[in-house]
Amino acid sequence: MELRDNAPSGPIETAWDRHRFDIKLVNPANKRKFEVIVVGTGLAGAAAAATFGELGYRVRSFCYQDSPRRAHSIAAQGGINAAKNYSGDGDSIYRLFYDTVKGGDYRSRERNVYRLAQVSVNIIDQAVAQGVPFAREYGGLLDNRSFGGAQVSRTFYARGQTGQQLLLGAYQALERQIGAGTVTMHPRTEMLELIVVDGQARGIVTRDMVTGKIEAHLAHAVVLATGGYGNLFYLSTNAKGCNVTAGWRAHRKGAFFANPCYTQIHPTCIPVSGEHQSKLTLMSESLRNDGRVWVPKNKDDVGKKPGQIAKEDRDYYLERKYPAFGNLVPRDIASRNAKEVCDAGRGVGPGGLGVYLDFADAIERLGQKAIEERYGNLFEMYERITDEDPYQVPMRIYPAVHYTMGGLWVDYNLMSNLPGLFVLGEANFSDHGANRLGASALMQGLADGYFVAPYTIGNYLWTERTDQKPVTADHPEVKKALAEVEERTQRFLSINGKRSPDSFHRELGKLMWEKCGMARNEAGLKEAQARIPALRAEFWENLRVPGSGADLNQSLEKAGRVADFLELAELFATDALHRRESCGGHFREESQTPEGEALRDDDSFRYVAAWEFNGVGKAPVLHKEDLEFEHVKLTQRSYK
Amino acid sequence: MRLTLHVWRQKKSGDKGAFETHKVENISADSSFLEMLDVLNEEILEKGGEPVAFDHDCREGICGTCGMVVNGMAHGPQALTTTCQLHMRKFKDGDELWIEPWRAKAFPVLRDLVVDRGAFDRIIQAGGFISAKSGSAPDANEILVGKTVADQAMDAAACIGCGACVAACPNASAMLFTAAKITHLGVLPQGQPERDDRARNMVAQMDAEGFGGCTNHGECAEVCPKGISLETIARMNRDFLKAMVIAREPLAARTGG
Repeated sequence: MELRDNAPSGPIETAWDRHRFDIKLVNPANKRKFEVIVVGTGLAGAAAAATFGELGYRVRSFCYQDSPRRAHSIAAQGGINAAKNYSGDGDSIYRLFYDTVKGGDYRSRERNVYRLAQVSVNIIDQAVAQGVPFAREYGGLLDNRSFGGAQVSRTFYARGQTGQQLLLGAYQALERQIGAGTVTMHPRTEMLELIVVDGQARGIVTRDMVTGKIEAHLAHAVVLATGGYGNLFYLSTNAKGCNVTAGWRAHRKGAFFANPCYTQIHPTCIPVSGEHQSKLTLMSESLRNDGRVWVPKNKDDVGKKPGQIAKEDRDYYLERKYPAFGNLVPRDIASRNAKEVCDAGRGVGPGGLGVYLDFADAIERLGQKAIEERYGNLFEMYERITDEDPYQVPMRIYPAVHYTMGGLWVDYNLMSNLPGLFVLGEANFSDHGANRLGASALMQGLADGYFVAPYTIGNYLWTERTDQKPVTADHPEVKKALAEVEERTQRFLSINGKRSPDSFHRELGKLMWEKCGMARNEAGLKEAQARIPALRAEFWENLRVPGSGADLNQSLEKAGRVADFLELAELFATDALHRRESCGGHFREESQTPEGEALRDDDSFRYVAAWEFNGVGKAPVLHKEDLEFEHVKLTQRSYK
Repeated sequence: MRLTLHVWRQKKSGDKGAFETHKVENISADSSFLEMLDVLNEEILEKGGEPVAFDHDCREGICGTCGMVVNGMAHGPQALTTTCQLHMRKFKDGDELWIEPWRAKAFPVLRDLVVDRGAFDRIIQAGGFISAKSGSAPDANEILVGKTVADQAMDAAACIGCGACVAACPNASAMLFTAAKITHLGVLPQGQPERDDRARNMVAQMDAEGFGGCTNHGECAEVCPKGISLETIARMNRDFLKAMVIAREPLAARTGG
């Protein structure tokens, strides 16, 4: 099967405008006739559901949380990029586009990224109109800060809670539509299966997490905005509930999974403190604006208190190696360098898995009050978790799994290869290539939800209207999907083994971190490929899920998610193994420059790897979408 | 650390619940309160029991999902801290802890420590927004917002909707939650056109959900993990009073869209 991106040809600057003119519109009276399901209420899902509702579609929105306001977009701290050039420092749509393609290590689709940069400016307008309290200058204009991978200040922020404020804006727009009756909300409801009829996505099967009721919901199109799968690693900065189930169920039903091995390891997280650790906490990358990263030059100084190590005995390794970007190098480079100094025995803190992020110079230069203003809540959070005061002693940080650039394959219209299945935000693979720049996740989620899907879905609905037959609850495909979920639920409850879902999840996560984490090699990946099926087999024989399926049962919820992670893990390892190049957040030890930097292999791997499901434990089928670069010149990324 | 835990167990809404006592050992002082409960749950599961259900998600203090009453304090003893960010070093070895769900008529218990806070969403539906259709906005810098006002809005917008304010209030009042949103949107220039309606409709919904009134105990602000100020309630009362006086139409269900 040939993968077509369906992007318009011609000049890139006018591609989206021309596309919007060329695609079909649905007139306002007809919009009421179409039903759309949106799964997930993060930035992409809430923005899409609200906008579909405003346009007049009949929308059903689903989330596993008790309220749509709690989706994990809420935890994004630092900011959102937009090519407003309000700082007058040379930014433009073209520059944001260029930076994003380059930052993604040339593994994203140019035309999608260009559109993203274009609509970025509308996002800021929209958010401000909704009352998002972005930071302001004294004159009342919007303030900007700089972020990794860019030499301009284009990041808008609301203290350290930008994701929260943007999500609340989208959530409030969504609640307004719920109140108006255009959107029906189903909180505490988890999607467990996709319903495909005549090759088209026509509905989902859900479980009510309070009553246990398993139900089918039918529609003309299904939108997945279900986030990333970083929790594959057990320890990540994702919320505990984040999972791959919706995407994975769609993958099993025919949707291709693209670049699953593209994981972002965020450089600034609070290090692991012990075996009890249940998740990792991110410290916003914006801290690197004012914090200086260092470790002791000499191994012998590792045990000393940071204050006892003289300036000349400190290695500010990012400033030393990358003078042009310094502490603001992109995330993948910052992470890899932290791992390198720790592997060399110069890491600080428990287990030697940490580096310092030091604010002493910034506090001396700007005063404590200015630092408090910028990062107050982050410093408080750090102190609560570690019991150390970062105004007095440097923070300790270490990389952690944060974001997954991979996801379900989509075309320019954000539709997967399964007609009628749209995938937005982190759940799709589209815009970040092999590495996402800071402050770009919020931008992509909202771009997809507010400004892209609302146009492209109309085109699909109107084009397909005559071919789509009505589907009712007694359709064999609906019954089959319901039966699959019932059966699976009963199976979890009846194994009655000895181990909890969490214990399997922890074991899987550790394996993935060690063999498929920040740096990978052939031997390790092959070992992972061998060990994952064994762990999965044990899961299905030795799992214990107490209680029943007919009420609130958190062990049952976890079991379903871990089961899907155990299948995704194998695909992840397969993808990582096949990509014998380093690129972006993906460092393949066999492929590096003489200086130890990531070495891409454009001749062999300048493509999107989209995998087709072929049965559990069976080799998936690889489909390639070749990437053409007409505007951005492929070079070895350099931030020196 | 060794601890004795008395945990509220309740099978479902409407059932009679009771405290169940567990002892846990070898708890790291560096673990969070919820990580301590994870340990308890693994032990319960190992012994063939059903783990304690509790709500949680981000474990970074921002999603507002978690929340339980620990020794009579909503979110436990540490100020400005959600349960997930509370760490065991704040307790002493050998401590005895009483762990309960939020208790309020408008927040029915679903199971163990999990409650239904859907009432909060319905209060927002009633008017906790600025009507701005996607794509209809003017350039962001055409709306000037002075830094002081922006900061004031942000202080109120920091509310995470956890419901600790309701749990701590002797009247189970939701005024701090409602007032935080009314303040956030009401101080901004973008929020002016709907300011009166917003105050009237949100307060009416708050009352309809069965939350109590405010009698100035101030417990809500005391337990609020985000430091939302009582001043917001004063502002809400003022907006509400003004809106009621000048209202030309009776309260009616909005038709948005």
